[in-house]
Amino acid sequence: MTPPTNYPPLLEVKSLRVEFPTRRGTLVAVDDVSFDIAPGEVLGVVGESGAGKSLTGNAIIGLLEPPGRIASGEIRLEGRRIDNLPYEEMRRVRGARIGAIFQDPLTSLNPLYSVGRQLVETIQTHLPLSAGEARKRALDLLKEVGIPGAEHRIDHYPHQFSGGMRQRVVIALALCAGPRLIVADEPTTALDVSIQAQIIALIKKLCREHATAVMLVTHDMGVIAETADRVAVMYAGRIAEIGPVRDVVKDAKHPYTKGLMGSIPSLGVRHDRLTQIDGTMPRLTEIPTGCAFNPRCDFRGSRCLGERPELMSAGASRAACWLHDRGGVGAPAAKDLADA
Amino acid sequence: MADHSADRSALGDWLHRAADSDIWWSFKSSSLTVVAAAATLFIVVVAFLSPVLAPHTPFDPATLSLSDGLKPPVLVSDDGDWSFPLGTDDQGRDVLSSIMYGTRLSLEVGFASVVVAMLIGITLGLVSGYFGSAVDAVIMRIADVQLTFPAILVALLIDGVVRGLISVQRHDEVAIFVIVGAIGLSFWVQYARTVRGSVMVEKGKEYVQAARVIGLSPVLIMVRHVLPNVTGPVLVIATINLGLAIITEATLSFLGVGLPSTEPSLGTLIRIGNELLQSGEWWITVFPGITLAALVLAVNLLGDWLRDALNPKLR
Amino acid sequence: MLAFILRRLAQSIAVLLTVGLVAFFLFRYVGDPINGMVGQDTPAQEREELRTKLGLNDPAPIQFFRFITNAAEGNFGLSYRTSEPVSRLILERLPATLELSFCAAVFALCIGVPMGVYTGLHPRHWTSRALQAISLIGISLPTFLIGILLILLFSVILHWLPSFGRGDTVQIGWWTTGLLTWSGIKALILPSITLGLFQLTLLMRLVRSEMLEVMRTDYIKFARARGLTNRAINFGHALKNTLVPVITVTGLQLGSLIAFAIVTETVFAWPGVGQLFIQSVQFADIPVMAAYLMMIGLLFVLINLTVDLLYFAVDPRLRGAGLARAGGH
Repeated sequence: MTPPTNYPPLLEVKSLRVEFPTRRGTLVAVDDVSFDIAPGEVLGVVGESGAGKSLTGNAIIGLLEPPGRIASGEIRLEGRRIDNLPYEEMRRVRGARIGAIFQDPLTSLNPLYSVGRQLVETIQTHLPLSAGEARKRALDLLKEVGIPGAEHRIDHYPHQFSGGMRQRVVIALALCAGPRLIVADEPTTALDVSIQAQIIALIKKLCREHATAVMLVTHDMGVIAETADRVAVMYAGRIAEIGPVRDVVKDAKHPYTKGLMGSIPSLGVRHDRLTQIDGTMPRLTEIPTGCAFNPRCDFRGSRCLGERPELMSAGASRAACWLHDRGGVGAPAAKDLADA
Repeated sequence: MADHSADRSALGDWLHRAADSDIWWSFKSSSLTVVAAAATLFIVVVAFLSPVLAPHTPFDPATLSLSDGLKPPVLVSDDGDWSFPLGTDDQGRDVLSSIMYGTRLSLEVGFASVVVAMLIGITLGLVSGYFGSAVDAVIMRIADVQLTFPAILVALLIDGVVRGLISVQRHDEVAIFVIVGAIGLSFWVQYARTVRGSVMVEKGKEYVQAARVIGLSPVLIMVRHVLPNVTGPVLVIATINLGLAIITEATLSFLGVGLPSTEPSLGTLIRIGNELLQSGEWWITVFPGITLAALVLAVNLLGDWLRDALNPKLR
Repeated sequence: MLAFILRRLAQSIAVLLTVGLVAFFLFRYVGDPINGMVGQDTPAQEREELRTKLGLNDPAPIQFFRFITNAAEGNFGLSYRTSEPVSRLILERLPATLELSFCAAVFALCIGVPMGVYTGLHPRHWTSRALQAISLIGISLPTFLIGILLILLFSVILHWLPSFGRGDTVQIGWWTTGLLTWSGIKALILPSITLGLFQLTLLMRLVRSEMLEVMRTDYIKFARARGLTNRAINFGHALKNTLVPVITVTGLQLGSLIAFAIVTETVFAWPGVGQLFIQSVQFADIPVMAAYLMMIGLLFVLINLTVDLLYFAVDPRLRGAGLARAGGH
């Protein structure tokens, strides 16, 4: 757990459940997910594609694509419930209090308008500024995100920018109205590896300077290790493990996290071979009873087959694994995992 | 012999796949399409059986009597006569029978011109794609220029040219062939483009090179590989064009440059009726009009569905 | 950008020359131009002399060149049917056709685009479904049938609107307009609707599918994430992105408006060039056909050039090539 503070958390997600009604029954894509983000904190959310991490992000910004919907649970921003706001009120929150950055900077910008126009439009939507003031703010933002020659680049169109530069513009757009939280969904995945580090460093720097919290959704554990304060690992729509990033990286408590860490190569450590997790994540239609990870788990016990584990304390982190159930029966002891 | 059995198994394979496929499922699950298919089938069957089913033979002058002229339809007027359920025109012709014969003619011209367009288009597409360079450039430029002109205009021009070349009496005799040719020539471009595209793709493939090396005719090989690939798209274009061809024929006939009034299609019937519209004899125009609209609508619905079913990407 | 326009100009001239070639073959080889000038009983020798005098025995390329230069000056010879100069026949009737096509285009755009936007934004609403179904019927109804049904309803049964002719017209220079008199405007209503209805349904369906497509794009989702108002998203971002295909199709359809004016003019006895063309087809009046063909070719080329220029106005990516280099230093 994070150390208790006097501040209320910036974002609280409680028992969030996202469903997709389909012709063949309702799919539960996000199931009973709860977490907090403190002001200025960077929370990494990691998992394979389909684990529900992007959907969680979309649910927070209120942009789940139909027919997906929040079936139950609560989302609170600065203590105010935002998951059930009418569209128009949620629109005022989006962009103003919560910014968003999407995966592909190439397609996130409207090709027919200059970046300046898109910035000014966003600024004027949320802040009571004149056109001149809004343009000045837009220019400042472009400088801040490191666009060289911002004075004349402001009137250029998206296709005239490189991928990395476009993602900088997208970041500027997300920061337009000074949001308290940014939901960044795979912000570097579509970029060249050489650009990725720059963008991550930029997001980190800007958020520190503006005291903006970040929910960083990615499948790249390396990015998380470098950037996040805490990390939530998602598997098959649920949180498998959540805790301070150092603890999770160094001493993973959930067998899945352990496997995930084993699949990152690191310098200075000799690996005979990288470990990998056998099998694949189950489809949403075929999630097994008990622990969703049990078919792939080396530590599977009888209890894992029948009973679904909730998050339980394990050192500085919490993990949804029976290995960490104090006094539980039918599950292997935690020390087995430590030995492994 | 070997070829024969290969063909048959290919057909069997195709049938099997068809019955098992998404297409059949998508057909059954779209009730509108089923209705459209049933309507098309009904119209086609009734039209082609018109010599048997029609109550009168409207274009045999011997059976006509002017005293039967301009009878209104039975359902709207007491002056109606049950032997002419949809009324008669000024010559005493039964409107219902005229529609049945006219629909048959419209369908014949429609089908024939689609086949002509398909043959021209596929041939030019194969030639254009296979030979490339100058031949390709010429054919495709012609296609571009023709595509800027609406089909109806091209068909009108072709018809006008033929009228300039032969006498008016001769023209009435060959009118149906002129119309089929004119419509066919104005719709070939889409087929040619589709086939050409597919040929360009196949041409680069190794089996064509290999065929060349071992002395097989690459043309033959390609025809056998390309044609199955384009069956789907060509079928879609043909269905959509069938509706267009029927409309085009009706329009030409309505304009008085299509089929002569001695051999009236639906368009000709509407033109004849239109001359009497001002005096209030609406049924002579309206019933053929409804038939034409229903036929084209049904065919278009089938075409729409076929396009969506064969092209999952477009959905 | 200049290079692009020059290339397009060159293409346009090539198209015009091709059309000119077809028209020339029609003019020279399908009909015999002599027939229009001499009587049936003129002796063969006299015909031959006239032929030489008119240059009809010159080599074909020279004749083609002469045909094109004459055409450029608006000289297409005499009509076989009325023995009047073809250019005068066409000019007399051109205003009627242009006014009709213009009104039809305005009708189609002003109703078709908003309907497309509406059905694209609310695809599941019942009015959208109804409009979509009606539009399919609209596409399946041949133009002439729509005209006839409108006449039946509004002229024959209700007696509200005239069923033929232009009504009273006002002469302004060589142009006659029906837009300045009440009877002229009344006479325009039914033909414009008839001519525009097909384009209307086509535009509606096109705008609808483009809107649906655009609303799924990342930049619309990002615009929502930026908290922009629905108004700004729908009309500022989405609609503008549907414009390029809409402009293309509108351009192409303007061409077919003029072609389908032939049908509408026949239904409504509208004294335009379309009616003239139909008469010339029926009488194999080749000079009129050739001239009409050239005129349509020219119109299409002009429309296509306008469409190209509009692309530049709408889409910065097209003007971008030069700009990016200028700004990239």
